[in-house]
Amino acid sequence: MSVFVDRNTRLLVQGITGRDGSFHARQMIEYGTNVVAGVTPGKGGQRFEDKVPVFNTVEEAVRETGANTSVIYVPPPFAADAMMEAAAAGVKLVVCITEGVPVVDMLRVRPYVIAQGARLVGPNCPGLITPGEAKVGIIPGNICTPGNVGVVSRSGTLTYEVVYHLTRAGLGQSTCVGIGGDPINGTGFIDALEAFEADPATKVVAMMGEIGGTDEQDAATFIKERMTKPVVGFIAGQTAPPGRRMGHAGAIISGSSGTAAEKIEAFGAAGMGVARRPIDFVDLVRERIA
Amino acid sequence: MNIHEYQAKDVLRRYGVPIPPGDVATTPDEAEAIARRIGKPVMVKAQVHAGGRGKAGGVKYCPTPDAAREKAQAILGMDIKGLAVEKVLVTEAADIGTEAYVGIIVDRATKKPVFMVSAAGGIDIEEVAATTPEKIKYHPVDPVFGLQPFEAQQLGFFLYTDAKQARAAAKIMQALYRAFIENGCSLAEINPLVVTPAGDVIAVDAKMVIDDNELERRSDLEALRDERSEAPSEVAARKANLTFIKLDGNVGCIVNGAGLAMATMDLVKYYGGEPANFLDIGGSSNPQKVVNALKIITADENVKAILFNIFGGITRTDDVANGIVTATKQNPLKVPIVIRLTGTNDAIAVKILEENGFAAMTDMDTAVQRAVELATGQAAGTAAAGAGR
Repeated sequence: MSVFVDRNTRLLVQGITGRDGSFHARQMIEYGTNVVAGVTPGKGGQRFEDKVPVFNTVEEAVRETGANTSVIYVPPPFAADAMMEAAAAGVKLVVCITEGVPVVDMLRVRPYVIAQGARLVGPNCPGLITPGEAKVGIIPGNICTPGNVGVVSRSGTLTYEVVYHLTRAGLGQSTCVGIGGDPINGTGFIDALEAFEADPATKVVAMMGEIGGTDEQDAATFIKERMTKPVVGFIAGQTAPPGRRMGHAGAIISGSSGTAAEKIEAFGAAGMGVARRPIDFVDLVRERIA
Repeated sequence: MNIHEYQAKDVLRRYGVPIPPGDVATTPDEAEAIARRIGKPVMVKAQVHAGGRGKAGGVKYCPTPDAAREKAQAILGMDIKGLAVEKVLVTEAADIGTEAYVGIIVDRATKKPVFMVSAAGGIDIEEVAATTPEKIKYHPVDPVFGLQPFEAQQLGFFLYTDAKQARAAAKIMQALYRAFIENGCSLAEINPLVVTPAGDVIAVDAKMVIDDNELERRSDLEALRDERSEAPSEVAARKANLTFIKLDGNVGCIVNGAGLAMATMDLVKYYGGEPANFLDIGGSSNPQKVVNALKIITADENVKAILFNIFGGITRTDDVANGIVTATKQNPLKVPIVIRLTGTNDAIAVKILEENGFAAMTDMDTAVQRAVELATGQAAGTAAAGAGR
């Protein structure tokens, strides 16, 4: 078992003929993901790598191939439209990797996707991977191994660092979910935690947050009140100055709100394990998995 | 991206917000000429991206054009919170009856644009929120439908009992909302919104922050950027497509990915050092990016050791290794360097580095401790050790 993506994932790649899209489509296919279609307007009728059919529209791709999940690698000015197109075509899980989507676009896209009954992950995220089953996005497959640790994170490479340590310590993962670093996104910490709580294969959750906003504090409240499974948390940005955007659009301390200290305090108050360093996840997770 | 008050006012005027006449000056002569043209007492206001301009002496009342020249002379070149004043706004001095606050932000909790309005204007809204939160009304707007006239009117009547003033304020709020959405803002505020003794409702100060992600498709907004108000190292980094933020420490950090970059800075601090910067070379690997990053880091004289922390996913660590070799051949390093590489092609990367006389590490903690030792000249502290439980 796992969350959001698995063997039944029938993946469609939006922007499959682009530089990033083609590179990662190849990686996902190599990993064993069932990539059933690609979409690039104007290139319908071609085949990607002589195998995967390319369509002009998502609607056509879904109709012809039964794709149920879409991953988006289109440039920022077109990403909003791509997310809405996927949701409108009936795709149930829309994963947007694109970084740099304007926030006013996301104000419209989020309610639109929800109204279509689809789940959005991202934008500005590394996607998801259920080790041994499906890789949807850009998380390197070779650092993951199947197991029962659920991983959810706002960051990409920091997740890889933690997953790398977990794998080396023999602590495999049920699913890794990268929710992304933007202020307005689709799936949040609580959505992922709720799914992990319900997933029989997940025993412990490792959660990586960062400065900015109150999502981690809200997640801590959820963990305390609604979760039976243990959660270990980490917050990046303890040394970040206020008022500066630390790479991710959402990683900014506004005034005195959104600091690492207040989030770490919320984790502690919720009875969570608190990792001070990425490597601390290993011991904290192992203690809780037994 | 912050824009100046005069730029925000230009934007808001186009949307019909009533704003006293004014213009921007870079010399005392220009300031005097603008004051003469206005023909009434003026305010001369420093245009820098910093709060507390008034307290710093950067905002002055000038009854005559001669006074405007004199005050502009004093303010231009002034240092406000480390920023040199290069422009002043010369604007008609408004008669102030009452002062209110009207602002819009993108609220992450509700995922909507949220109005914040308060009759307690003219001061920092964070201060109002901290001391008298009941004086602020929060109103989330459904972004699908936009701000409806009745909502704007509700907000207007929250501020003013006089119907004429409430309607005028409602009109201003609709204009502010449109300006916010159409210019891709993450913040737009009028503070203070003033009712004059004659009963007119006008915007006396304005602030807008444009979402950085909006700039790629909006050259008109990008043109509002004032590079001289930014640290030169940050301008250079932006042009090289790197995200760089200068800090006060002495361990220069070069990392791929924002989350790992922050975690690396935190680990430097954990082991008793101080990070000199945040620098994210991004996801794709390009040796030139590494060359540019090293150029920016080594320009900071505070940096006593350089720390590379690369976790190769999409980033190929051999590309990073080649970048380090190229950069250090062009500009030999004057400070020690610690390199940690793990992930895609790391065996090749280590070989490249060793052939060129560099040592490479694979563990993040070991590398950070080593960099701290080199920067401080002493063994890395473990003051924070044990705090992990």
